[in-house]
Amino acid sequence: MHPALQGVITIILGVGGCIGYFYFSNQLLDKVIYPAKGPNIGRNINRANMIRPWLFLAPAILALGLYLAYPVFETLRLSLTDRSQGGAFVGLANYNQMFGEPKFWEAMRNNMLWLIVVPAASTAFGLLAAQLTDRLSWGNIAKSLIFMPMAISFVGASVIWKLVYDTRPVDQDQIGVLNAIYLSLGGSEPQTWLTNPPWNSFFLMVVLIWIQTGFAMVILSAALRGVPEDTIEAAILDGASPMQIFFKIKVPQIMGTIVVVWTTITLVVLKVFDIVFAMTNGQWETQVLANYMYDKLFRANDWGLGSASAMIIMLLVTPILVWNVYSARKEMR
Amino acid sequence: MSNIAGTKSSLTWVVQICTALMVFLWLFPTVGLFVSSFRTADQIASSGWWNAMFPTEQNLTLRAAAADAQVQVGDLYVIEGNLYEDGASSGTISVWGTSSRDIAAYQAGETADLEEDGMLTVMANGDYRIENTQEFEGRRGQRVFVSAETPPQFTLQNYRNVLFAGNNTDNMAKAFFNTLTVTIPATIIPILVAAFAAYALAWMEFPGRALLIAAVVGLLVVPLQLALIPLLKLHNEIGIGKGYLGVWLAHTGFGMPLAIYLLRNYMVGLPRDIIENARVDGATDFQIFTKIILPLSFPALASFAIFQFLWTWNDLLVAKVFLIDATGETTVMTNQIVELLGTRGGNWEILATAAFVSIAVPLVVFFAMQKYLVRGLLAGSVK
Repeated sequence: MHPALQGVITIILGVGGCIGYFYFSNQLLDKVIYPAKGPNIGRNINRANMIRPWLFLAPAILALGLYLAYPVFETLRLSLTDRSQGGAFVGLANYNQMFGEPKFWEAMRNNMLWLIVVPAASTAFGLLAAQLTDRLSWGNIAKSLIFMPMAISFVGASVIWKLVYDTRPVDQDQIGVLNAIYLSLGGSEPQTWLTNPPWNSFFLMVVLIWIQTGFAMVILSAALRGVPEDTIEAAILDGASPMQIFFKIKVPQIMGTIVVVWTTITLVVLKVFDIVFAMTNGQWETQVLANYMYDKLFRANDWGLGSASAMIIMLLVTPILVWNVYSARKEMR
Repeated sequence: MSNIAGTKSSLTWVVQICTALMVFLWLFPTVGLFVSSFRTADQIASSGWWNAMFPTEQNLTLRAAAADAQVQVGDLYVIEGNLYEDGASSGTISVWGTSSRDIAAYQAGETADLEEDGMLTVMANGDYRIENTQEFEGRRGQRVFVSAETPPQFTLQNYRNVLFAGNNTDNMAKAFFNTLTVTIPATIIPILVAAFAAYALAWMEFPGRALLIAAVVGLLVVPLQLALIPLLKLHNEIGIGKGYLGVWLAHTGFGMPLAIYLLRNYMVGLPRDIIENARVDGATDFQIFTKIILPLSFPALASFAIFQFLWTWNDLLVAKVFLIDATGETTVMTNQIVELLGTRGGNWEILATAAFVSIAVPLVVFFAMQKYLVRGLLAGSVK
């Protein structure tokens, strides 16, 4: 069968099944179980309305519970077992083994570097771009173009940047921009950017910064727009320079948004796997936690260690999780 | 803000230049890949893409026709033709040679003595003539190394190879359809499921509502890495294994918190009167939802749809774990590209084209629907 046709059939089945559930389950409730007619009409309608929220929520709760809540506990359990012993409980043995591996500490060290550099740089560039494009006539076009990498997959971005970092032997024309610039600035010989630790990690981070800056820019520029004009006007009247206005008036007022952007990018960094996987696959000391975990799981086939490293990622996001729930509850009151 | 005194600063041109520089930096890498996808393998390998617009000095290895093209003129055997005959490239030859150790041995128009292989003359436009007193033998023609001034050239051949070239391993067509098969249901199903749930959380009274909302907010940050092992095991146990159903369910689960969060925030903001009036008129919640809430929520639905579409289209990890089995029949484009990076790491014409094929659809969606994407981002991140 032609792949396109096969695709269409699977799509119709999948989507149709979902629509079918909502339609028929509500029909069933209203027409068969508690029909809105006959002697008990009032009671029936009330009962139907008590059940209906759960009918609406059921697939969502199932999906959330099964795909996000249950795995947290199951992974915790798996991280305490050993697959080669038939899933026997081994306490913290996996964690011990993991902490003994230099590759794990390399991943931790790199991850910390990523966590410091990428959110900071993306937010800073985003803030810069937001401020720069704010008053330009072609600001919106500039914004779309800086925002564009958001649409590109991490894998696509990796290919794009691999071309930038490409290295050719010294006697040939360089086809990677970075080496071409490096040589024209007087560099002695072409560098293999992705295989020189510790700098290669930074070259990988550039890819994520490039992608995330647009996100930071969009949100921060909305926040900048929201800064009350009279505070700026007052500062101008008092003779503040543009720099002072920006750092002393605008930035403090959008601090809340900056924190949100920072945290969101931090989350992306913790989960990102594709860039390292596609560009270096963790070789040359560029390993990060997410890729380390993938290695353990699907290459070394070790569920225990893989789960243990997944739990480390979970541990790192927990503060953000708590803070999220806390601030959401505060808002709802 | 342009009406505020003092904003017309003398720094305006600095701002203009800085912005232009930043846009240039952000665009430059992508343009490089785009330009490269239209160049031939020879061109990509011999010059940087930023030179693609200009004539370049290239070193090429070309081949004269084989022995079966010879004709007998008097007592001489002659092979004549043009080195650029295959049409893949053209240029003005300055120097040439017949040995890889000395590729600049002769000027254009000079004649080289190949001893028992005859006399070879190569002209600047690629015309050559080999004469010999003996009959030519051997299957392949004489190799000629040329240094040529090559005009800028662009080709669609890469796209033909990558998209339509039958069943070769670099073919992206199948991966393209697979990606679509993953993406379309994985975008529609979570929207449907989340919209019903968001409505319940926003407008229906039931015990435990606040707790559920808090749970959704908390689950927003749970890394999907945690789900890989337990769910892969589960899928295998209940018989789904690796396949489309599994990957749809996974994407539905992982996209759910953001979807419910965005849609609920939007639906809470809808006017209470409309919903209450409809209730008084005897509409059930199902009718209110499908006839009133869904149409009114279009902007929020659209913005989530774009997120989910981009995310599922660009995803590698979920597809690698839940979809792609040992046969590789169900591979998606991102995975195909990673494999190409491994096997064809130096073949930039294939890599660049394949990457651009996979980038094209999200880029089109992005530029067409940017308004909704921005709206969704703002709704999700800023209060």
